[in-house]
Amino acid sequence: MASAPSKLYADDVSLVVVLLDTNPFFWSSSSLSFSQFLSHVLAFLNAILTLNQLNQVVVIATGYNSCDYVFDSSSDLNRSFENGRMPVMCSSLLQKLEEFLITDEQLSKEEPEGKIKPSLFSGSLSMALCYIQRVFRSGALHPHPRILCLQGSLDGPEQYVAIMNAIFSAQRSSVPIDSCYIGSQNSAFLQQASYITGGVHHKPQNLDGLFQYLMTIFATDLHSRSFIHLPKPVGVDFRASCFCHKNTIDMGYICSVCLSIFCKHHKKCSTCGSVFGQAQSEAASASDKKRKTPET
Amino acid sequence: EDDEDDVDLDAWERTYTDERSWESLQEDESGMLRPIDNQALYHSQYRRRLRTAARIQKGLIRYLYIVIDLSRAASEMDFRPSRIAVIAKHVETFIREFFYQNPLSQVGIVTIKDGVAHCLTDIGGSPESHINALMKKLECSGDSSLQNALDLVDGYLNQIPSYGHREVLILYSALSTCDPGDIMDTIQKCRKSKIRCSVIGLAAEMFICKHLCQETGGTYSVALDESHFKELILEHAPPPPAIAEFAVANLIKMGFPQRAAEGSISICSCHKEAKVGAGYTCPRCKARACELPTECCVCGLTLVSSPHLARSYHHLFPIAPFDEVTSSLNNPNCKLQRNCFGCQQSLLDPGNKPGPAVVCPKCKRYFCLDCDIYIHESLHNCPGCDSL
Repeated sequence: MASAPSKLYADDVSLVVVLLDTNPFFWSSSSLSFSQFLSHVLAFLNAILTLNQLNQVVVIATGYNSCDYVFDSSSDLNRSFENGRMPVMCSSLLQKLEEFLITDEQLSKEEPEGKIKPSLFSGSLSMALCYIQRVFRSGALHPHPRILCLQGSLDGPEQYVAIMNAIFSAQRSSVPIDSCYIGSQNSAFLQQASYITGGVHHKPQNLDGLFQYLMTIFATDLHSRSFIHLPKPVGVDFRASCFCHKNTIDMGYICSVCLSIFCKHHKKCSTCGSVFGQAQSEAASASDKKRKTPET
Repeated sequence: EDDEDDVDLDAWERTYTDERSWESLQEDESGMLRPIDNQALYHSQYRRRLRTAARIQKGLIRYLYIVIDLSRAASEMDFRPSRIAVIAKHVETFIREFFYQNPLSQVGIVTIKDGVAHCLTDIGGSPESHINALMKKLECSGDSSLQNALDLVDGYLNQIPSYGHREVLILYSALSTCDPGDIMDTIQKCRKSKIRCSVIGLAAEMFICKHLCQETGGTYSVALDESHFKELILEHAPPPPAIAEFAVANLIKMGFPQRAAEGSISICSCHKEAKVGAGYTCPRCKARACELPTECCVCGLTLVSSPHLARSYHHLFPIAPFDEVTSSLNNPNCKLQRNCFGCQQSLLDPGNKPGPAVVCPKCKRYFCLDCDIYIHESLHNCPGCDSL
């Protein structure tokens, strides 16, 4: 269940998997431009690598049609410095990111105008967890992994089940999920993720100083966090939403077969088709209202 | 002459004469022993497990009684340090895992000692109370009585709500049962009450246990050693297939309490003393509870939070098993997907030939065997399908 204790590595060696939101629907309306954002993030990633010689950084880009790895500090290509000006790390990351953005856009299918697509956060979170499992398998000598989400897009409600699955898996493996929300509203998914897994959630008030927020809050390794005063979770709302109206409720009715939540008494469950009060006659097939990919 | 010798040999001796396990050891160039490749074996076991787990309805709200046999057979020392010590240790792990996977379910413990069955803990949802009660009472003596245990459990399980699935898990060490009446009648009574009885034996296979499990739709297995016992007991943690007629579908009223404000002072209903902040307020009667999930002590409303329900959603939306990639199909595609999509590990073996891999039937991405196991057993999301 938990990772093997790393006896030979010092306590403060970290592996940070950064999930970068590249959703153009969000960036086109953000007060911070994407290039300014990248300059803050690249400086932050460089700083993490200098904090400890053994630290590792992996970057996964979260697009709106696909997700992909764009940088891995432990791969052989990223060791040396090219010239004194820009480390190889930055140029290779930027190049791969640009390739990713082009590919991501090409995958767009015909969509009705004006529909804002969410970023595929559940996909990149799942990929990050698979990578971290590989690090756990590599033996007793490994850095302490954590995930940092830099998200600004709105939550996609169709990803709820997938994101909760990923959060519980991260909780089982003791992998904290930190989140820095750079959008204008609020992300319930990010707050829940950080709360359940023991990570830190923060929404910076002034995005011009993003680098400072990243360095003071998210750069600390896991061992040192017990000595540092980090933002505490303020009132994470764990109330559920009813399936019929999507309103937040504090008392409701649960179907005993499929655990769907309703705000009023119904005769029949709209998700699994069970008739209440009678013995069911055949096995129900759950509908895919909540899942993004439909079951065939 | 080997055949005649085999008749006199025990099964464990035959593994040395017939199977010759030492011959599968290999040395590398410097003369050190190479570790035996367990990965392929582990993966084929996992795939066998997956084939049997088809997409069927599962009983998510479970009321489970664990029956522990504390007869003198449980103090036998063939499991180190004794059978009962091993049982107690793994029951603790099982209870924690059970409540993790089934937050809305409840557990009770029954013990059989001196031929009489006692209820050790009432059916309830707090893992600590069950574990603490169990660890205090582990003395073994007397005979074991299967019928008395089943009668007791049947009486208790008839009082639970109709939407719950009734289950019994019997951890049986004895090789006999001393019953006051006809156990076949009791088995039929359990069957009529729709109780699913499963048995894990620690001694040897018994006909009556097998008959009980067959009649009630449960599973019977006998543990070979401690690690096998742990595996068998943990198989009962995820919800079993639900027999549709067994539980009536019903709407259960539940509350979703908010966390009390920091610094607020109220009297906690479970500890009966004043506490500051960090608790949950029942939405119906405003009493304070310390942890979730629980039943409000004042008004009886079940209090849960949405992650508790979300923990069971992966049973409702399972992901398709991945298909194995055979090397003949590999050739046209192996240039495209050289790395596992999930963890970026190379799918080529040291000779640059395609190694073992699996492919998702929906998104057609390739994954390594370890990611396959992790995705299906723990994560329950396909990264490829979620990135489309």
